[in-house]
Amino acid sequence: MATKSETKGETRGDEGDVDLLGLDEDELRRMLRLMMLGRRFEEKAAEAYQTGKIGGFCHLYMGQEAVAAGCITPLRDDDYVITAYRDHVQAIVRGVDPKAVMAELYGRVDGCSGGMGGSMHMFDRSLNFMGGHAIVGSHVPIAAGVGYALRYREEDAVCLCLFGDSVVNGGPFHEAFNMTAKFELPVVFVCENNSYGMGTDIHRVAAIEELADRACAYENMASESVNGMDVLATRRAVQGAIHRAREEHLPSFIDAHCYRYMGHSMADPSAGTYRTREEVERHRQDDPILTYRKRLIDAGVISEEDYDAMDREVIDQVEKAAEFAEQSERPDFASIYEHVYAGDFRGIDRRDAWR
Amino acid sequence: MAEATAAQQRAPAEPGATRETTYLEAIREALWEEMKTDDSVFILGEDVGVYGGAFKITEGFLDEFGPDRVIDTPISEAAIVGASIGASHMGFKPVAEMQFMDFVAPAFDMIVNFAAKVRYRTGFGAQIVIRGPVGAGARAGPFHSQSPESYFANVPGLKMVAPATAYDAKGLLRASIRDPDPVLYFEHKFLYRRIKEQLPTDEEILVPIGKARVHREGEDLSIITWGAMVYTAARAADRLAEEEGVSAEVLDLRSLRPVDVEAVAETARKTGRVLVLHEAPRFGGLAGEITAVVCEEAFEWLDAPVRRVTAIDTPVPYSPPLEDYYLPQVEDVLTAARWLLAY
Ligand SMILES: Cc1ncc(C[n+]2csc(CCOP(=O)(O)OP(=O)(O)O)c2C)c(N)n1
Ligand SMILES: [Mg+2]
Repeated sequence: MATKSETKGETRGDEGDVDLLGLDEDELRRMLRLMMLGRRFEEKAAEAYQTGKIGGFCHLYMGQEAVAAGCITPLRDDDYVITAYRDHVQAIVRGVDPKAVMAELYGRVDGCSGGMGGSMHMFDRSLNFMGGHAIVGSHVPIAAGVGYALRYREEDAVCLCLFGDSVVNGGPFHEAFNMTAKFELPVVFVCENNSYGMGTDIHRVAAIEELADRACAYENMASESVNGMDVLATRRAVQGAIHRAREEHLPSFIDAHCYRYMGHSMADPSAGTYRTREEVERHRQDDPILTYRKRLIDAGVISEEDYDAMDREVIDQVEKAAEFAEQSERPDFASIYEHVYAGDFRGIDRRDAWR
Repeated sequence: MAEATAAQQRAPAEPGATRETTYLEAIREALWEEMKTDDSVFILGEDVGVYGGAFKITEGFLDEFGPDRVIDTPISEAAIVGASIGASHMGFKPVAEMQFMDFVAPAFDMIVNFAAKVRYRTGFGAQIVIRGPVGAGARAGPFHSQSPESYFANVPGLKMVAPATAYDAKGLLRASIRDPDPVLYFEHKFLYRRIKEQLPTDEEILVPIGKARVHREGEDLSIITWGAMVYTAARAADRLAEEEGVSAEVLDLRSLRPVDVEAVAETARKTGRVLVLHEAPRFGGLAGEITAVVCEEAFEWLDAPVRRVTAIDTPVPYSPPLEDYYLPQVEDVLTAARWLLAY
């Protein structure tokens, strides 16, 4: 991996020379399966949203699967993941049961946040999945703290921090980058650069051409742009960054160029105001799942029949997740007071003295 | 309908031309008209231009006013507010949008240490408006549902308004833009498209900051509230009238800083029984402050202790039944009202 931005301009380019990274067939298939599961999961979530089973805001991930799969699969169990609010698929790739993610979307007790958080707040401490965060950019400094703890304890685990492109213009991003670089913390920052923050093209609001170049301002911060529609290219870059964090305790910044097919949220049409339908269609031609599928078929790792069987499996899995969520209980009213504080807190459950 | 009552109250004496206007359209019209009549007014915020705003309030503004007056910003709340303060020093009247008022947190320093105190230090103030959606009920979870007025209530130098009707949404936004001091303008997201009123088109709608409004007149009990809770209070008042023949007054504060102390005292003296209702959590919520005002200004007139009906002291949960439990409901108001009446 190059420091500063020697690799500038290499985005979305010809990644054809990336081989299968020396990964064994099980791992290659696992990555494909996770991407397919993520896609089918989001399709099901969209359906549940439209039928009113999921409320509030729901931001879907279709199109970006290669980023979650490419970044999270190379991690060890003792590594950490922290992410932004478009977080269903990162949770699933990290190992959160799709049932628990779906139940969270339904606001039920078996949700991974007990139904308290909803779409933007997936969390599973047992998997070192430090959660989705709905305030844009504010989780980036938290990654620095996780990295600090890892370094202090002289562990060789690392923290992966994912965020959207719009984050690179905010104060917390820069504060965290400076701290992480100066304190030499084992953090891998990945920008899921889908070109838009809601309806605003990143290049209309960022005074920089290549987001990876933001890292130039910080000594010790390596950076690289990568084709985030290509799961293997993404994984290769992240593996390099993980190695650097583990062995040298140094942070890296990877700008993964990807694309979201859906609107910003379920309330937002896929195209119209800020991007054209043609643009969306063009990116759909570069679909990360289909590209990788072809790669694996060409390499003889899977057959078309294997793919179809896998697809049936993941469809079945998300159907079961939805049934599970449907049957999961709604949280009882007493639970609303739990976890506001560590222990009892006198008077917190008081609404009116006479009740 | 409570909405109709409010509109009727506001209808001009000589029936002139009116147009059905939603709360959201009222906000939009106020912005539009102020920008039309005053070149120094401009708007800035995330997705306000090309996208037309997350709730489509500023749709069409970019075409009409151009990119110098309709500024799509990066996601940088501190800089949005800070730049607004700077521009105001140069004679502009910026209206900054927080996509959700919850995101005002990254701009806290700019508001509390700069906007609020600049006049005190220098003699010239920051003529800025910071507006955005507040409130729960939209299943939006803990970071998109807060009512943050209390964070700012203890900061001298700031004004705060929270309209409940389309009329007030329009009139207060205009007044806020024209006000020489920084105003936090809290619009309730639950009301955006649910509230529709006939608004006069042949008069300039302007509502002074610091004046409350009697939403519904009554004799036996006062419910003091604001924002979406005005409608919860009105429904409770309807039921009290139907079910127990009790006449409850609903006072809509509209302005939270300054609070209309006279109107609070007046209703308290009139009915002798006061209930304060709000959507924010209880402890440190403005209900405590209003209660103190009632005790200071109308103690001798009271026939019962003042009661607060508020959200509970927890974050806003996502799960729909829990969110409903979190928010004060009509039943909660009725329970409190009956307790007060029986006292
Ligand atoms: C501090 C803050 N400001 C504004 C928002 C509203 N908001 C939510 S998502 C979003 C766009 C985020 O874009 P990006 O980071 O690129 O992530 P993507 O949606 O592309 O995954 C905005 C403006 C927010 N959640 N937090
Ligand atoms: Mg983005």
